[in-house]
Amino acid sequence: MSILINKNTRVITQGMTGKVGQFHTQQCKAYANGANCFVAGVNPKKAGEVFENIPVYATVKDAKAETGATVSVIYVPPSGAAAAIDEAVEAELDLVICITEGIPVHDMIRTRDNMAGKRTLLIGPNCPGLITPDEIKIGIMPGHIHKKGRIGVVSRSGTLTYEAVGQLSALGYGQSSCVGIGGDPINGLKHIDVMRLFNDDPDTDAVVMVGEIGGSDEEECALWIRDNMKKPVVGFIAGITAPPGKRMGHAGAIISGGKGGAEDKLAVMEECGIHITRNPAEMGVTMQKVLKG
Amino acid sequence: MKIHEYQGKEILREFSVPTPRGVACFSVDEAVAAAQRLGGDIWVVKAQIHAGGRGKGGGVKVAKSLDEVRSHAQQILGMQLVTHQTGSEGQTVRRLLIEDGAQITKEYYVGMVVDRAAQRVALLASSEGGMEIEEVARHSPEKIHTVRIDPKTGLVEAEAAQVARAIGIPDVANAEAVKVLQGLYRAFVEKDAMLAEINPLILTADNHVIALDAKFNFDSNALYRHADIVAFRDLDEEDPAEIKASKFDLSYISLDGNIGCLVNGAGLAMATMDIIKLYGGSPANFLDVGGGATTEKVTEAFKLMLENKNIKAILVNIFGGIMKCDVIAEGVVAAAREVHLSVPLVVRLEGTNVDLGKKILLDSGLPIISGNDMADAAEKVVTAAKGVK
Repeated sequence: MSILINKNTRVITQGMTGKVGQFHTQQCKAYANGANCFVAGVNPKKAGEVFENIPVYATVKDAKAETGATVSVIYVPPSGAAAAIDEAVEAELDLVICITEGIPVHDMIRTRDNMAGKRTLLIGPNCPGLITPDEIKIGIMPGHIHKKGRIGVVSRSGTLTYEAVGQLSALGYGQSSCVGIGGDPINGLKHIDVMRLFNDDPDTDAVVMVGEIGGSDEEECALWIRDNMKKPVVGFIAGITAPPGKRMGHAGAIISGGKGGAEDKLAVMEECGIHITRNPAEMGVTMQKVLKG
Repeated sequence: MKIHEYQGKEILREFSVPTPRGVACFSVDEAVAAAQRLGGDIWVVKAQIHAGGRGKGGGVKVAKSLDEVRSHAQQILGMQLVTHQTGSEGQTVRRLLIEDGAQITKEYYVGMVVDRAAQRVALLASSEGGMEIEEVARHSPEKIHTVRIDPKTGLVEAEAAQVARAIGIPDVANAEAVKVLQGLYRAFVEKDAMLAEINPLILTADNHVIALDAKFNFDSNALYRHADIVAFRDLDEEDPAEIKASKFDLSYISLDGNIGCLVNGAGLAMATMDIIKLYGGSPANFLDVGGGATTEKVTEAFKLMLENKNIKAILVNIFGGIMKCDVIAEGVVAAAREVHLSVPLVVRLEGTNVDLGKKILLDSGLPIISGNDMADAAEKVVTAAKGVK
């Protein structure tokens, strides 16, 4: 088992025929059950064509109707990416994963508002995607560092997620699912939403939660964990050394108005019973200590 | 992207928000001529830099004669203005705004931000004008009134009118205040702003509502659709290293330590700075080369770091996913040769093609110190930096 996706998930790729979309579609297809999972692409100008044995449809709605796919992944460039999410929501997919980095914030505000009351869940934008090891990989993470197992991983960053996964795998701890929720200020699923799913997943024993400076999502998740979580959680926050007012790469990673600092987040997490580490090289061993008691 | 106050006021006027009449000036003579043209008998000479807190630092002065305009302009233009937002060395004043003096009866604060939790634009308003909103939030949070604006309807009249009343704007000026708030919201959305502040918004003796200041910060991801905002960019106000970095699509921020960091990915880059600190060192920069780094990009990144004369050692930390370790290793070797690297270099590679990458570093014959993992690499670079006198 896993959360959100597994080997039976069928996926539409929006922006499949672009350079980035092509490359990652090949990679995702080559991973585990990918050849069966990636069943459709969308491009209104290339409908009817076939790429890597994957048929291209004019719209998400057509692709869903023809293939029965319920999930989409988006590699559309920033200026059109919010509209691509809107289209997937309109087609009533279950889940949309938006990899695109650099979508204007006001576009995302409108898109998130459109999603109110709709069934579709969103992961991202500006995220590496998600993976259920040995079953399916949807996104841009390197598949080979993952290992099938019982640890959940949720993170706002890309390569720092790989770092956490690499440490777990090296110690022999496989992962149930790894979710990159993205580094933008306006996004879909938050730490708390993914944490709920891991809590309910019978095949997840513990969770690594990786956060960073900016906003208060980690604090909200920590309070929820204190009151509800049945499984141990290991936490790390990047950006202890980040100066206020400077945007650290991610649009969402900025300490503003004295809020969103790493130490404040870590303090709340620790109070809520999360096993925190201040050393990014020790996310794996911290989990090992917790599990071995 | 930040802009100057006088540019912000141009935007406000475009959206029917009244401001004092004013002229931007680059020299003392221009300032005097501007005051003459504006007429009247009272002017304000305002330093134009991107940081806030200019008044307290001596960058805003009232003049009651043209001679005073001249002496204030002489004093302010070219000064190193130090405010709580500039850092200790301050910022050189290169531009002035000469404005009509205003008769202030009462000062208010209005601002707009993107509220992450509500996923909406939030309007913040307070009766405590002229003060930092952070300060008000700390001491009297009950004086801040917040409206989270529905993107479908925009800021509706009833909401704006209520906020104006809540912060104490008298009813006789309510209609003008509503126009200001709605104009500010439209400017915020249509120009893709991330932050907008009018502090203070004032009530004049004859009950008009006027924006006495204007502060904007725009979403850099949306600049492609705002040529007018891009034209406002003032490179003198930005860190030269950060400007250079942006040309090569590198995300770079100068810090005050002595260990240069080159990392792929923003989160890992922050974590690398953190671990350097944890092992007793101090990072000289944040540098994210992104997902698609080429040899050229890595070389430029090295040059950029080495322009900082405080650098005592460099740590390269790459978790290769899509980016292959051998490609990065080749880039590092080429860069180290091209810049004749003279400080210790520690490289930690992990991920796709890691063995090939390590072999390339070893075969290069360069004195590259290999880090086995993040902790090992951090420890080695901190030691190396201490060894260089």
